[in-house]
Amino acid sequence: MRYLPLTQPDREAMLAVIGAATIDDLFVDVPEAARLDGPVRDLPMHASEMAVERHMSALAKKNLTAGEAPFFLGCGAYKHHVPASVDHLIQRGEFLTAYTPYQPEIAQGTLQMLFEFQTQVARLLGTDVANASMYDGSTACWEAIVMARRITKRGKAILSSGLHPHYVSVSKTMAKFTGDVLDTAAPELAADMDLDQLIAKIDDDTSCVVVQYPDILGRIADLRPLADACHAKKALLIAVVTEPVALGAITSPGEMDADIVVGEGQSLGVGLQFGGPYVGLFGCKDKYVRQMPGRLCGETVDADGRRGFVLTLSTREQHIRREKATSNICTNSGLCALAFSIHMTLLGEAGLRQLAEINHAGAVSAAERLSQIPGVELVNDSFFNEFTLKLPTEARPVVRTLADRGILAGVSLGRLYPGEDALANGLVVAVTETTTAEDVETLASALQEILA
Amino acid sequence: MSINQSGWRPTSPEANAGNVPASVTGNKALMLEEALIFEIGDNHTTGVDFASPSPLRGEGRGEGQPSNAAPGTAPHPTLSPEGRGLSRLAGLARNNPIGLPGLSEPETVRHYTRLSRQNYGIDLGFFPLGSCTMKHNPRLNEKMARLPGFSDVHPLQPVDTVQGALEVIHQLAHWLVTLTGMTSVAMSPKAGAHGELCGILAIRAALEAKGEGARKIILVPESAHGTNPATAAFAGYSVEDIPATAEGRVDTAALKARLGPDVAGVMITNPNTCGLFERDMREISDAVHAAGGFVYCDGANFNAIVGRVRPGDLGIDAMHINLHKTFSTPHGGGGPGSGPVVFSEALTPYAPLPFVEKQGDQFVLVEEENADEHHAGSFGRMVAFHGQMGMFTRALTYILSHGADGLRQVSEDAVLNANYILRSLDDTLDAPFGPSGPCMHEALFSDSGLAAGFSTIDIAKGLIDEGFHPMTMYFPLVVHGAMLVEPTETESKAALDQFIAALRSVAERAKAGDPSLKTAPHFAPRARLDETLAARKPVLVWKEPSPLAQAAE
Repeated sequence: MRYLPLTQPDREAMLAVIGAATIDDLFVDVPEAARLDGPVRDLPMHASEMAVERHMSALAKKNLTAGEAPFFLGCGAYKHHVPASVDHLIQRGEFLTAYTPYQPEIAQGTLQMLFEFQTQVARLLGTDVANASMYDGSTACWEAIVMARRITKRGKAILSSGLHPHYVSVSKTMAKFTGDVLDTAAPELAADMDLDQLIAKIDDDTSCVVVQYPDILGRIADLRPLADACHAKKALLIAVVTEPVALGAITSPGEMDADIVVGEGQSLGVGLQFGGPYVGLFGCKDKYVRQMPGRLCGETVDADGRRGFVLTLSTREQHIRREKATSNICTNSGLCALAFSIHMTLLGEAGLRQLAEINHAGAVSAAERLSQIPGVELVNDSFFNEFTLKLPTEARPVVRTLADRGILAGVSLGRLYPGEDALANGLVVAVTETTTAEDVETLASALQEILA
Repeated sequence: MSINQSGWRPTSPEANAGNVPASVTGNKALMLEEALIFEIGDNHTTGVDFASPSPLRGEGRGEGQPSNAAPGTAPHPTLSPEGRGLSRLAGLARNNPIGLPGLSEPETVRHYTRLSRQNYGIDLGFFPLGSCTMKHNPRLNEKMARLPGFSDVHPLQPVDTVQGALEVIHQLAHWLVTLTGMTSVAMSPKAGAHGELCGILAIRAALEAKGEGARKIILVPESAHGTNPATAAFAGYSVEDIPATAEGRVDTAALKARLGPDVAGVMITNPNTCGLFERDMREISDAVHAAGGFVYCDGANFNAIVGRVRPGDLGIDAMHINLHKTFSTPHGGGGPGSGPVVFSEALTPYAPLPFVEKQGDQFVLVEEENADEHHAGSFGRMVAFHGQMGMFTRALTYILSHGADGLRQVSEDAVLNANYILRSLDDTLDAPFGPSGPCMHEALFSDSGLAAGFSTIDIAKGLIDEGFHPMTMYFPLVVHGAMLVEPTETESKAALDQFIAALRSVAERAKAGDPSLKTAPHFAPRARLDETLAARKPVLVWKEPSPLAQAAE
């Protein structure tokens, strides 16, 4: 119980000040029947630091880590190199152990960082403004759909077949309860995204079209015709970016006139972490800022006229208007946003572009090598660092077999779309700067052997 | 585009004491001002080295730019789709600048280290935010969360390559279910408010499954957290308030009177935001169940009762647990959070996916495709992956360190500390619910008795000058000028005594009308900030100063 500073004499002295004979007297309002008379049964007692470390380390060792294996998984979470100084800086106690900056005079560190983060994110996504982060990409995607409903007062959202199926699931879950109608389908193993199909669906009830960029199969398309079609019908274009590194190489959705751009920021600074915590990115056009969910940091001045930063526009938030709030969110991903922002600062414009180029060049080279395997077909015409292979057999058992050989080969579409037979042979392969030529060769030769 | 056009540097304010001149830099000895990255960075500097353009292509191709190229000599490293035959970017290769400033590694380290010093955190001192709960963040938690076995695994890896990660989730789930006396737990909600949504959605799914979908009202007592009504409204319900009694608890009679066939359920915070235990919880639960509704409990304050009371024994159907509050995961300046939701047997079939289950000696991820009859009615998926794994690792580490015996001591010390503050200050500050009996995890005061024109904010800002983070201000809404102080179990008696002395002194100055308190804080990195200006003319991103503005300087 090394985290509890009170001594027994302290406790007795404090009880005397309070005027209570025993600690039980402080729990008098708990009904007798609900009180436990001792430690909860079926749970172990306290343990030393050494013992806990041994226990947790043993659990950690049961996992095959990305760093131990040739690694090709993506689909919404990517393995990138994170400079050592990022993790060092986020562990400074003044960042790590701070709460929400409700007292701006003594939280300028967090607030200035959030202002910088918002600007970096807005520039990356190509939007006018961005918020101080969301839970993750999937919840940001859902919040964008709700925001489009608030703006357009319409309830039909068209989801591209290339949107991450988990993002679709989250949206479907929430739509059941808010009454939104979602129009969605599974993707086809085709070379290009079919934006014309989306355009054809837009009607006067459409609040928004949601499109992922690059999409779940890794494909890229010019979003401008889609944006124009949306705007012609007074609907919004929402673009979802799950791999922000891509925006170092390709035109951002905001520059192609998307109204709301959301994303998953995990690639920069955060690490895989088995799915969380991640950092949701959320940007939009200026005219929609008061409908944006989540926290915002704004610039102002203090009583001495010096520049400073505060949380602002919180009248949209839960703690002021209660049931009239734009969303029930009452937190952001502050520490992950900090990691994202530091990594972005270390990269800068030049570094991000170089990183993006390395990712793309690596993926091009891997796609060439893997599609030379007999029976394996590269689906994509376009991609950034992730592409889809069509195998001559179901991909899921192949991935399973490769894992036994210590190769983490990618994400089988069978895992993401169970029951969709047309997708079962699809394997989504991601390549980043952490991938070596040897990794690709190891995967290629093992895959060839298994498929032979 | 060059980013660093403005040349902005911090300017020194007027020196405020005697004849001491202001510093040229704006700095004050160890208190350093720091410009924005957009003002000190530029578009060709990077703090990261890349060995070659492509690790797959080997060395020596030479397309990469040196990372420290001199300004003006380095073109943007752009992808050249035509030139190299490499690009598969669909003609969308970026050629215009993004506008991202870069700093070298030493500059980056210094920038963020300087910013960190303008922040208050629990590592620096007492952080008495009521209902928000900042406790010591053990570094063992951080070390364990960073083990590559947890931090470097992908959420979509084959499940037999992540058995240890799934076992962490399973073990933490076992602790949460056992400590709360409930049936199951959904681990995926990303924060407390997300957990509230999860609980309300499960209630709605259960009602719809029973053909009771017409129930459209959620009752929310005034003593509940502010997120509760926002959550209910977001899930499609109408919200009706239930008043608090004069002693700061739910008006049980009023609540019972409102129950009926249109009520889906109630959302109660227990212990509540007045710092009190809802004594009638069991009676309320029974009445709600009898009327066909469900009981949601906001478990944000579970830290006050963990190990001493099991919410399941009080008839609760769903409750979220903020891992950072009860189980010491760090809040990082506003998040991430993590809000697992425990469920009663009645709601378990409707809980969201995925779940981790043990089948034989294997841990299995139960998702849509392999959901059995226990999860047949699940309302679906709430997040892309499996929840805040990094927070689970930290929370489990903390729980194992404390054990069942330590967690009981945790709630006892938290409650002891809160009552010590309440009784040490109720002669100086008005404690509206002081006569209601012992408080639980937090002590509540009001601004009654301060000099005319003085309010809670002046006390809060005065505390900053004393070196303390202020308590929660103006919440809960049922108390005028509320001050909500939550010490938690990780504060020593010496720390509490120093805080009590400081708060007493500041309160006495506010009662005496000391004008210097109106301009506090005087010793913080910033004086009081103009929040009205920020809201009226929002400046949410940095923009380069226009040439006109520069010329005017």
